[in-house]
Amino acid sequence: MEWVNDHWGDIFALARSHVWLAGLPLVLGLLIALPLGWAARRWSRLYPVLISASGLLYTIPSLALFVLMPLILGTRVLDRANVVVAMTIYTVALLVRTVADGLGSVPEATLQAARAMGYKGLRRFFGVELPLAVPVIAAGLRVAAVSNVSIVSVASLIGVSQLGNLLTDGYDRFITAEIVAGIVACVVLALLFDGLILLGQRLLTPWVRAQGGRA
Amino acid sequence: MKRMTAVLALTTTAILGLSACGGGGDPLASESPTASGSGSSGGGGSVVVGSADFPESELLAEIYAGALKAKGVDATTKPRIGSREIYLKALEDGSIQAIPEYTGALGFFYDKNFKETDPEKVYTAVEGLLPADFAMLEKSAAEDNDSIVVTKETADSKKLKTIADLKASAGEMSLGAPPEFQKRPQGVPGLQSTYGVTFKTFRPLTGQGLVQALKNGQVDAANIFTTDPSIAENGFVSLEDTEKLFGSQNIVPLVAKDQSEQMAPALNAVSKALTTEVIAELLKQTVIDKKDAKDVAAQFLKDNNLG
Amino acid sequence: MIASILEWLTSSATWSGEAGLGARIVEHLWYSLLAVVIAAAVAVPLGLWVGHTGRARWLVSLANSLRAVPTLGLLFAVALWLGPKISGELAFLIPSVVVLVILVIPPILSGVYAGVEAVDPATRDAARGMGMRGMEVVRQVEIPNALPLILSGLRSAFLQVIATATVAAYIGLGGLGRYLVDGIKTGDYVSTAGGAVVVSVLALLVDGVLALVQRLVVSPGLTGGRTGRTRRGRSEPTTASTSPTTSTGSSTRSPARSGMSAGDGGVDSHAT
Repeated sequence: MEWVNDHWGDIFALARSHVWLAGLPLVLGLLIALPLGWAARRWSRLYPVLISASGLLYTIPSLALFVLMPLILGTRVLDRANVVVAMTIYTVALLVRTVADGLGSVPEATLQAARAMGYKGLRRFFGVELPLAVPVIAAGLRVAAVSNVSIVSVASLIGVSQLGNLLTDGYDRFITAEIVAGIVACVVLALLFDGLILLGQRLLTPWVRAQGGRA
Repeated sequence: MKRMTAVLALTTTAILGLSACGGGGDPLASESPTASGSGSSGGGGSVVVGSADFPESELLAEIYAGALKAKGVDATTKPRIGSREIYLKALEDGSIQAIPEYTGALGFFYDKNFKETDPEKVYTAVEGLLPADFAMLEKSAAEDNDSIVVTKETADSKKLKTIADLKASAGEMSLGAPPEFQKRPQGVPGLQSTYGVTFKTFRPLTGQGLVQALKNGQVDAANIFTTDPSIAENGFVSLEDTEKLFGSQNIVPLVAKDQSEQMAPALNAVSKALTTEVIAELLKQTVIDKKDAKDVAAQFLKDNNLG
Repeated sequence: MIASILEWLTSSATWSGEAGLGARIVEHLWYSLLAVVIAAAVAVPLGLWVGHTGRARWLVSLANSLRAVPTLGLLFAVALWLGPKISGELAFLIPSVVVLVILVIPPILSGVYAGVEAVDPATRDAARGMGMRGMEVVRQVEIPNALPLILSGLRSAFLQVIATATVAAYIGLGGLGRYLVDGIKTGDYVSTAGGAVVVSVLALLVDGVLALVQRLVVSPGLTGGRTGRTRRGRSEPTTASTSPTTSTGSSTRSPARSGMSAGDGGVDSHAT
């Protein structure tokens, strides 16, 4: 605890960096996964292809992906974009399926009703399908958030600072309190992300509460 | 089965394909608002002092940055980049402008057959080997060399004083060292060619993991830096390098040439103040007493009128 | 780059020897298998108990929150804490396996729990009505009915552990992680990339084998005419294979929904 008390400043600075490195890919990943997931629903042949491809991307060890990023992107070795892009790839891999399944969970009857009311094309997508898919998408987003927070800590091994630095430094100098602080900070951050997504979900789906359903 | 084969083929091509589109400008890369971490180089601008992923390098980077700031240079640190193979790339691509280095290690890095062992000759030779846009400032008297270390018990029971003494017993011993030691010319291959010493097994370990493993007998010998306070702390015995396999390893600032002028006054003054004893004492404060590198560096600079 | 990776993968020098690729793959599979078996020994009975009795559901939530723990930190902490207490080779193996076990308990536990929980209460009542008792219901009704989700949890666990066992290289263990870590340390990106390719292929191979096992052991009554099931589109939500590992279980899920195809179990299964 003494170590933590002496290092609040460092912990917060690293945590801020961690939030960016884990959070930005979450947003970017969702933006990319939405059209992809929609396409997977729209053209059923695309579905297995996209699902296999995303499952495949997820098996690439993060350490390797981080390290290879500069070679792929032509970025500098310490560029934080390397981590952001790698994390975005993982997020997309996770969310494509969720978005597709979320859109798929909208009952056919609802869609027909919407069509009968004159909802078409994009308006139907944003006005009916997407809102109804929110619970499933949010569930996927929560998994992605938690896993992002955990994976980002590996970036310390390639020289990009965030909470993972507490882990590596603690290991190098045998400061158990520092390692524990790093672990706890990651868990707290993951819980914050989780809570934020849950809150967003509640705001976006007021009808769920109205029905007394579980969030 | 057919589908499985197809998926496998897909995996391989996708991963290979991913590594293929090298250099492609991904729009995401420039969108990142966090990409400002890497300092922009140029003229008399700000400098980023990088460090390797071990405590001494981090400490030296803090000392360098502090001394630079005291002389009015806008300096920040970029700690724990990784091994030499990585941070030299960072220096090359302008992510950092300075890094604490070791003369002999640079020699070995740029010339596999580097033979010089005398400190002055090493320095001059390395100057000739460096890439055109790198420059070394003045070296310090402080040396931090690689060493092969064993516990007191092992040294006594096997009668070990020098690395050469290992020749008879190494065949039954395991060596713990950072992963890069296995391939570097002055690492495992050098022990073999210079001393005829070949260990039975190699265990890649870093940081406290390595110290703990030696202490607990999980490895019989370890490659630890001579300034590492864990040697004295645990009563380890550092075996003498009679053939100078590890050469001379004076601490020296390696900088980007276009920035060397503005950094020279501050960093040369630091080099003058550093001795092996001083750096060992400072390192004891960060590794054993668990003080922050930043604080230890600030105190050192203050004591020497550098900060 | 591709050419050098392919050359690396096909070179006999890469494959041969005690520290060759062949040996590393065997080590990697060994650590992974060890971790999954131990984790399953803990998580399967626990999941059955929670699912069967409906008690202590917080255990599943607790296990799920373990996912937020950074693997690297856990590894360092366990290595520094356990390392000195153990001697020899085990000092490196045990901490790594402990961490991997902790890592894969959540997907297995959630899979088992969600599977048992989703068994139709009417089925359970019917079994009781036929005179079956506690353990008989578990063995003859709940386990067979929950099998699809149990197995998909196991598949998730395997994919996750194979990708993550690479970090064990950081505390001195062998396995495929050696290529990643050593490659990075020595600036040899070809072996880093090559190692990553092998990890991915291995993960998919193992998943493929498990998918086959799943087809063989799951009662046809559950998969109900398995051909074409996954192609039915809109009316067939396929959330099940992500959900056993994500939610703490809801009763709306039926085992029959766990549509599976090779590779698709990997979606929620990555760590480091």
